[in-house]
Amino acid sequence: MRPLHYLRALRGIVARELYRFVHQRERFISALVRPLVWLFVFAAGFRSTLGLAISPPYETYILYEVYITPGLLGMIQLFNGMQSSLSMVYDREMGSMRTLLVSPLPRWFLLTAKLVAGVAVSILQAYVFLGVAWAYGIEAPVQGYLAVLPALLLSGVMLGALGLLLSSFIRQLENFAGVMNFVIFPMFFMSTALYPLWKIQESSELLYWLAQWNPFSQAVELIRFALYGRFNGVACGYTAGATALFLAAAIVGYNPSKGMMQRKGGA
Amino acid sequence: MSVTVPVLEVERLSFAYGPCKALDDVAFQVQPGECAILLGPNGAGKSTLFSLVTRLYEAPAGQIRIAGRSLRQDSCAALSRLGVVFQQPTLDLDLSVAQNLRYHAALHGLSRREAELRIREELERQGMYGRRDEKVRQLNGGHRRRVEIARALLHRPALLLLDEPSVGLDVPSRRALVDHIHALCRSQGLAVLWATHLIDEIGADDSLIVLHKGRVRAWGPVREVLASQGAATVSAAFHRLTAEGEG
Repeated sequence: MRPLHYLRALRGIVARELYRFVHQRERFISALVRPLVWLFVFAAGFRSTLGLAISPPYETYILYEVYITPGLLGMIQLFNGMQSSLSMVYDREMGSMRTLLVSPLPRWFLLTAKLVAGVAVSILQAYVFLGVAWAYGIEAPVQGYLAVLPALLLSGVMLGALGLLLSSFIRQLENFAGVMNFVIFPMFFMSTALYPLWKIQESSELLYWLAQWNPFSQAVELIRFALYGRFNGVACGYTAGATALFLAAAIVGYNPSKGMMQRKGGA
Repeated sequence: MSVTVPVLEVERLSFAYGPCKALDDVAFQVQPGECAILLGPNGAGKSTLFSLVTRLYEAPAGQIRIAGRSLRQDSCAALSRLGVVFQQPTLDLDLSVAQNLRYHAALHGLSRREAELRIREELERQGMYGRRDEKVRQLNGGHRRRVEIARALLHRPALLLLDEPSVGLDVPSRRALVDHIHALCRSQGLAVLWATHLIDEIGADDSLIVLHKGRVRAWGPVREVLASQGAATVSAAFHRLTAEGEG
C-alpha cells in the first residue's frame, strides 16, 4: 500500500467523524453543556468552600473556576473517548465497523486512524469550551492556548485508546452503562481534575495514592501545565506510556487471530 | 494456454468457537464471471465463512485466496480486490449518499477526482445519481441497498460478497437486485459469492455451494447438483442434502 493511500484513508476517517459530529447537533451541545455546568454551577458553588494554596503552575492565588478548567478539558476528552468507544460498540452491533475493518489497510492503522478522528472532535470541543471560559473571565496566557494543543492531542489519544480497549471487551451496547460506573466516574473523581493532590492527601492516603497513579490525573496535569506555557515532563512521560499500553492492548483486542473479537464470535 | 486464476479459493478451511466446530474442511472456488450461491440452513456456518473471507476472524487451519493473494500472508492486497454487502445495513444514516461513498473511496485510497468519477458512474448505474446529496435516512430500504452495492463496486473489486442482501426488500426490488448482479457477472466478469435463503434468487447458470453443519455437501453448477441428487428443483436437492444426518 502506498503512503498516499494511508493519508487518504486517514483524511476520509477524520472527515467522516467530523461530519457525523456536526450532523449530531445534540451531541455537540451536550458535550459542551456538561463541562459548562461544572464550571458555572459546581465551581461557582464551591468557590467559597475550597481554599487553594499557591502551587505550580500557578504563581498566585486562583479562583476555583481557574483550577478546574484544565480538569474540565480532561473531562471533555474522557467523555469523548468513552463516546467513541460507545460508538464503536454500536458500529459493531450495527455492522458498520465491518466496513472499516474490511478495508485493505492494516488493522492497527485503521484503529489508530479512528482514534485520531475521535481526538480531532474532542480538540474541537475543548477549544470551544476554552473560548466560552475565556468570555467568562478565565484567561490563560496567550501562548498557553497554543501550547495546550499537543497536550490535548496526547491526552485525547490516551483516553481514546482506553475507550478503544474497552470497546474490544464490550460485546453489547447494554453493557456500556457499566463503563460509566466503573471507568468514567472513578477516573474523574479520583483525579486532580477537581481537587489538588495535597488536598486529597489531607483526607485519605489511599485516595491520594490512587489519584496519583490514575493516568487521568497525569493527563489533567499535562494539560494544566501546558495551558500556562509550562511543560510537565513526568505527566507527559506517564501519559505517553499509558497511551502506548492502552493502544497496544486495544490492537491485540481487535486482532482477528488473537483478540477478543474471535472468542466472542462477533465483530 | 493461459490458466484462469480463481477469484476466490477456499482450501481445507476449518474453524471452531471453543469446542463447537463451525466449519469443517471447507473447500470451493469461484471463477471470474461466476455467480456462486451459498445455500445453507441457519447455523450451517455461512456467517462464519463470510467473517473469515472478510478477515474479521482468522482461521487457524486452511487457506483463503482472493484473486490469487493469500488473505493470511497478503491481507491488504487480497482485501483490495474484495467488495462486500453485509446483511445488516452499514451506511451512515446521517451522512449523504455521496459522503458515504467518498468515505469508502478514501478507505480504498482513491484520489478525490477518481472517487467523484466512480461515484457518478456507479450511482448512475444504480439510478441513484440524482439522489447523491440526500441523507441516507431519507431513502427507502431498496434504495439503501442500491447505494450499498454501488459502494461495494466503487473500487472495482474482482469478488463481490453478498450476505443475504435481499432481506427486507419487496419483490420488485429483490428481482431488480438479482437481475443487476447477474448482469454484472456477465458484463464485467465479476465473481460473486451470494449467501441466501431464497431459492428463487438462483439463476440456471449459477453455481451452488450447499453448506450444512459446517461442511460443504454439494458444490458445482446448478444442473450438476440437481443431477447428482436426482432432483428436479433446487428446493428438492437442498432438502435432500440438508436432511442427511438430521434427527
